[in-house]
Amino acid sequence: MRGWLSLLAIGLLLAAADSNAIEEQPKLSGLEFVSPETRSLQADDASNPGMLWVLRGEQLWQEPAGRSQASCASCHGEARQSMRGVALRYPAFDAGAGQPIDLKGRINRCRTDNQDAPALEHESEELLALTTYVAHQSRGMSVPPVEDERLRSVIEQGESLFRERIGQLDLSCAACHDDRWGQRLGSSPIPQAHPTAYPLYRLEWQTVGSLQRRLRNCMIGVRAEPFAYGSPEFIALELYLMQRAEGLPVETPGVRP
Amino acid sequence: MTRTMISAPETARAGDVVEIKAMIAHPMETGYRVDATGKPIPRNIINRFECTYDGEVVFAADLHPAISANPFIAFSTIATRSGPISFTWTDDEGKTETASVEIQVE
Repeated sequence: MRGWLSLLAIGLLLAAADSNAIEEQPKLSGLEFVSPETRSLQADDASNPGMLWVLRGEQLWQEPAGRSQASCASCHGEARQSMRGVALRYPAFDAGAGQPIDLKGRINRCRTDNQDAPALEHESEELLALTTYVAHQSRGMSVPPVEDERLRSVIEQGESLFRERIGQLDLSCAACHDDRWGQRLGSSPIPQAHPTAYPLYRLEWQTVGSLQRRLRNCMIGVRAEPFAYGSPEFIALELYLMQRAEGLPVETPGVRP
Repeated sequence: MTRTMISAPETARAGDVVEIKAMIAHPMETGYRVDATGKPIPRNIINRFECTYDGEVVFAADLHPAISANPFIAFSTIATRSGPISFTWTDDEGKTETASVEIQVE
């Protein structure tokens, strides 16, 4: 009888360990893990430093660029209407290139193909400002489920990257952000790693940065060689994270420590 | 292209304490860093911030290298009369940025 009970107990423990997948836990934005001071910075547009990038993006939206001398506004008009909800669909499948593309990549594609302008550098002030401005138009809207069948395999690739142990510390994204969120790494709380506030202002960076910059930080943190900006691995991870965050509202521009 | 953000009430009653917030995009380069080739990056910070209310200085600050990039300054003043609230930021390169808002006092 005693033996049966302990077997049952082990079974229950295993079941508990099994249910660690993020799908079965309450989804919490990274905002829930930051200090009240940082939260109040994000809550008020007048104190949110990310709004400086939204402002810059708004200027760039109107500026003619490249040989076409067309601005974003020449084709897309008022971003407030035309870009509402757009960021929720990215990364999306780009039929022309036959592969998925993220929002930054889409903006750059528009520049090279339609404006006949040189592509903007990753993490350049201009690209971050435009991306932040476009994503900001979806603030408050919830991330919908991914319905494009062509993206299934990419999500799977993203998930396996998320679960793969890497680096000298032999850690996966999941080891912290699925299994140990809410606990601390050093003195910092571990969030669930939802991408819904990007591009965001990190006080540590003293600037706005992209999700890929943040992912590179994490990879360097576990002593792994980070993927290159714009690499297919990053797009797959971004897409996996986005569908994992389904239902959470967009916060762009977020503020984080 | 420098960007500034000001938050101040558009209207107030005479005698009200009003909160004013001012932010500017600025790298606040400390002068203690080196670039990729090891060359020191010259200091360039905003060293002075001033706010005038209808021509009279109501708040001013000397800034130092420990202040973060994109400095955000919030303070309060007493609404006395209708007029412009103007802001001036001056950096080490001598560049000056200004912004102004109007307040209606009843």
